[in-house]
Amino acid sequence: MLKSPAKILQLAVTLIACAFLLVPTLQSVLAGVTVNYFQGVKSGLTLKWIWEVWDLYAASIFLSIWLAFCCLICTLIIGVPAAYGLARNPGRMSRVLEEFISLPLAIPGLALALALLQVYGSVQGFRAHWSFILVGHVLYTLPFMVRAVLSVMAAIDLKTLEEGAASLGAPAWRRFIDIAVPNALPGVLAGSLTVVTLSIGEFNLTWMLHTPFLKTLPVGLADSYASMRLEIASAYTLVFFIMIVPLLMAMQWASARAQRILK
Amino acid sequence: MTLKLTGVAKTFPGNIRALAPVDLDIKEGEIVSLLGPSGCGKTTLLRIIAGLETPDAGGVIRFGGDDVTALSVIQRKVGMVFQSYALFPNMSVRRNIGYGLKMQKLPKAEIDARVDEVIALCRLEPYADRPINALSGGQRQRVALARAFAPRPRILLLDEPLSALDAALRGQLRDELAVLLRSFGITAIFVTHDQTEAMAIADRVAVMSHGNIAQIGTPEALYRAPASPFVARFVGDAMPLAGRISGGALHLDGGALPLEGADGSTAYVRAEDVKLDDNGPLTGRIEAVTFLGTHYRIVLSGITPDPLALLHVGTSAPTVGETVRIGITPGAILTFSPETEDA
Repeated sequence: MLKSPAKILQLAVTLIACAFLLVPTLQSVLAGVTVNYFQGVKSGLTLKWIWEVWDLYAASIFLSIWLAFCCLICTLIIGVPAAYGLARNPGRMSRVLEEFISLPLAIPGLALALALLQVYGSVQGFRAHWSFILVGHVLYTLPFMVRAVLSVMAAIDLKTLEEGAASLGAPAWRRFIDIAVPNALPGVLAGSLTVVTLSIGEFNLTWMLHTPFLKTLPVGLADSYASMRLEIASAYTLVFFIMIVPLLMAMQWASARAQRILK
Repeated sequence: MTLKLTGVAKTFPGNIRALAPVDLDIKEGEIVSLLGPSGCGKTTLLRIIAGLETPDAGGVIRFGGDDVTALSVIQRKVGMVFQSYALFPNMSVRRNIGYGLKMQKLPKAEIDARVDEVIALCRLEPYADRPINALSGGQRQRVALARAFAPRPRILLLDEPLSALDAALRGQLRDELAVLLRSFGITAIFVTHDQTEAMAIADRVAVMSHGNIAQIGTPEALYRAPASPFVARFVGDAMPLAGRISGGALHLDGGALPLEGADGSTAYVRAEDVKLDDNGPLTGRIEAVTFLGTHYRIVLSGITPDPLALLHVGTSAPTVGETVRIGITPGAILTFSPETEDA
């Protein structure tokens, strides 16, 4: 296997690149369970910092999960019918609309947040409510849901399937429930996982919209880095990993499934 | 159920005339084929009958005594077999077939009984609980037919039902489809561009061209008495005998044939009516010889401006470059008066 110097060089570069990415990650994880980071691992391992994070930031964790869940519900309710509408009426207007929905991808989260603050910032009950952050998250994640569902719907020749169902006597709402949604399910799944992951990890927009009483996971992370012991911030990162990695893996799996349908 | 179309036309946006006003009468239980080249309006006509397209104002569609022109596809109760079959990949064979019955809100026991009946009729028992993706092309075609037929439609409509299959399978399934459709005893219309398919399955064939029905009749009638050069060419591949008709004879480059016909008429002949004949009135040169098992196909030059083909049954054939005498079966020449509208 390692016959030529070129191969050895390739392997070395790969390993160095991996180390470059992994070492800080592992060090951070280690710091989160070390008694005293400045003395190193010899000071002993502990779960104390993780419990401390839990005490300080449990509200952030629950808020993030709650926001991601609500964001998912909203993008499902808006995004799936929107993708269905776009798939059924392919035309110039649909393209324009699709681009319009995708605009939040191109606009920085900060700008989006500023715009929201300018328009709704003075609405008292709304500004300090978690639903204000939710609006930002929905705006930001909706294009991912629409695109994921639309690409699967475009690939399955939905128009003919619907004509088939209509010729069997199925009205529009039944065709949506019986034909469009089940056959676009891989797209819905891939879109859902993307939305949840993005919502949990979203920082730019949320940083602008949050209040001291409404901190999400990434905002809490920034806060802990700024104001807590390094061990607590590192333990926080560990908690974040534990939450986001299974989601990322599920997302990979779902998009692989969606890809298979598209073939 | 009878079907009666009166003045049914279709103009698409941009003033594109897909269908000229068409009249069509189909009897109870009759199987009619719409045959024509692509773009002749046959699929548009089928989709109008299904209710998937609306005809231009003035057109009337009647199923039996009912005027169904204003009814949408959902209410029209037709069975439709699509070119791509449009089977629902998220449902099993059984659920696909039962879907139309479920939409009629029938009790479950009744749906199950009817689905079993249709599955047996279409010999789909071994596949009943399989997903669609696990079926072959031929099996999918039968499921599509079973699904369209299960809700007892008033009329069965089939859009190129065999064209998604490979050539070897198509011939076999053509005969199978003909038998199944007869066993259903239902009025059926199917669209095809393949004359063999149309002739094998249909009681009557409507040959379409440029949005018009050029001729409708039994396969034999179309073949033996085509109404226009287009029909002659499309059904049975008639070849033009381009020459001058005068004084009771047809004068060709390779000789003259006795033929009664008005001056200025056009004449056509089919390859099976052209013969190698040592006493024949025409002279031609052999351009190509193809051995096809049951017969030879021989291409001749020098008789008409375009090459003329003949089918020769025998154990040997002349060689390329030979000059041969050619005859034509008496009475086999199709003549069309100059007034015959050609598409």
